[in-house]
Amino acid sequence: MFDPAIAAIRATGSHVVNAVWRFGFACRFFLAVLTHSGMSFRRFQLTIKEIYFSGVLSLIIILVSGLFVGMVLGLQGYETLQKYGSEAALGSLVALSLVRELGPVLAALLFASRAGSAITAEIGLMKATEQISAMEMMAVDPIARVVAPRFWAGVISMPLLAAMFSAIGVFGGYLVGVIMIGVDEGQFWSQMQSAVDFRQDVLNGVIKSCVFGVAVTAIALFEGYDAPPTAEGVSHATTRTVVTSSLAVLALDFLLTAFMFRGI
Amino acid sequence: MPADNLVEIRDLNFTYNVRPVLQGINMDIPRGKVVAIMGLSGCGKTTLLRLIGGQLKPSKGSLKVNGQSPQDLDKDGLYALRRRMGMLYQFGALFTDLSVFDNVAFQMREHTDLPESLIRSLVLLKLEAVGLRGAHDLMPTALSGGMARRVALARATALDPMLMLYDEPFAGLDTISLGVIGNLIRHLNDALGATSIVVTHDVQESMKIVDYIYFMSSGKIIAQGTPDEIRALDSGFVHQFVHGEIDGPMPFHYPGADYAADLALETAHV
Repeated sequence: MFDPAIAAIRATGSHVVNAVWRFGFACRFFLAVLTHSGMSFRRFQLTIKEIYFSGVLSLIIILVSGLFVGMVLGLQGYETLQKYGSEAALGSLVALSLVRELGPVLAALLFASRAGSAITAEIGLMKATEQISAMEMMAVDPIARVVAPRFWAGVISMPLLAAMFSAIGVFGGYLVGVIMIGVDEGQFWSQMQSAVDFRQDVLNGVIKSCVFGVAVTAIALFEGYDAPPTAEGVSHATTRTVVTSSLAVLALDFLLTAFMFRGI
Repeated sequence: MPADNLVEIRDLNFTYNVRPVLQGINMDIPRGKVVAIMGLSGCGKTTLLRLIGGQLKPSKGSLKVNGQSPQDLDKDGLYALRRRMGMLYQFGALFTDLSVFDNVAFQMREHTDLPESLIRSLVLLKLEAVGLRGAHDLMPTALSGGMARRVALARATALDPMLMLYDEPFAGLDTISLGVIGNLIRHLNDALGATSIVVTHDVQESMKIVDYIYFMSSGKIIAQGTPDEIRALDSGFVHQFVHGEIDGPMPFHYPGADYAADLALETAHV
C-alpha cells in the first residue's frame, strides 16, 4: 500500500538531488569560464570570430523583428492614444516601450533561439565527436580556448543587438505613425526626446541586455558542455537551452524592472 | 624505473561507479616499440588509453609515463606531459571549423611562438609524410574517413611526441586505407623515435606492424607476446579472436531462456 507513495517520494528526492547537483556543477562551470577568460582578451581575434557567429549572423532576425515590432507598436499605440487625443505622444510610447522592455527582452529571446541554440549544438557536437577530448589531450584547455571566447562574444553582442532592435523599432514606429498615419513629425520626435531619460531608460535597458547576455550565453554553453555525447543528447540540450534561457530572461526581466523602475 | 620502459603499469584497477572495468593490469611499454592492446569491444582497452593520457584516474595501482604518474600531476604538470604525447582518435576528431592546414598547425600555434612562415613549412612537411600535402586547404567535411585519419595522424605528430596513443585507428576503413594507416603508424614511430600504443581489435592489420601484443578480456590481461607467439598460442579465447571463429569460449548467443520455451513450442504440442 505504501510502496507507490515511497517510490514517489524517492523519485522526487532523486529529482531534487539531481537538480541541486546540476546547479552546483553549473555554478562551478560558470566560475571556471570567468577564471579562464584571459585568453579571450589576450587573443581577442578568437572572441571577434565568435562575435561574428553569434552577433553579426543574428543581425537579420534582430533587425527584421525589431522593424515589425516597432510598426505594430506604432499601430496599436496610435489606436489607443487617439481615443484620449494624445497621438502626439506616440513617439515617446514607442521609444519607452522599446528601450525599457521590448528591445532587451525580445532581442534576448531571439538571441537565445538563434545564437544560443547554435552554441549549444556546436559545443555538444564537438564533445560527441571527441574534439573537446582531443583538445585536452593536446594540452589546450577547452574552457579557455572554446568556451570563454563564446561567452564574452555573447556578452558583448547582446547589448549591441538590443540597441539595434530598439533603434530599428523606433524607425518602424516612425514609418507607421508619421509616414503612414500622419502624426506630426516634429511632435513625434520632440515628445520622444523629452520623455526618454538617458540614465533611467537607456542605461537601464543596456544593463538589462548585458544581464540577459550573460544568462543566455552561460546557459547555452553549459547545456552544450554538459550534453550527453549522442545525437539525442545534443538535441535535448538544444531544446533545454531555448526553454531555460527564455524563462531566465523573462524572470530576470521582472526582477530587474522591479529594482530599476519601482525602487523595490 | 628502467630507462627502456616508457610506460609502466603495475596492479592497475579502475572502477566506474561500482563496476570494475580494469583489474590487476601489469604492462610494460618499451621505448621505441609499437605495442598493441587487443580485445573485444568493451573490455577496457580505451579506458586504459585514457588512463595513460591522464583523462581518467586509476582506482588502485600505479601508472608511470616517462617516470611521471599522470594521476598525481597538477593541471600544468599534466599539460606539460601531454605536450609530449599524441593521440589519434577513432574517427580523427578533427576540428570541423578549421581547415586541414589549421588543424595540423593547431598545436604549433597554441604551444610555440614559431613564425607563421616556419609553421607553414612544418605543416606541409607533416602533411607530406601522410601523403596529403595537396589537401591542405580542404575542410574536414571534404575528406574521406581514411584521409581524415591521416590528417589526424599528421596533427597528432605535429610536435614530434615521445608517445603516440592510437584509439582504434583501423575502425571503418577500406582495405587500402587500412594498409596506409598501418604503415604510417610503423614508419612514423620509427622516424620520430617515438613509442606507440595501438588499441585495436583488428588482428590481421596490427599483427603486421606491432612488436608486442597484450590481449585483454573483461578488464584483465589474458595473454601477451610477440605476434608470432600470439599466432602460435592455442588457448581458447585468443585462438578464437585471432582466427575470427564465430563460436568458442566467447559464445555466439547472448545468454537467454531456453529457445524452445521462448518459441512456446512445448505449449503448441499440447
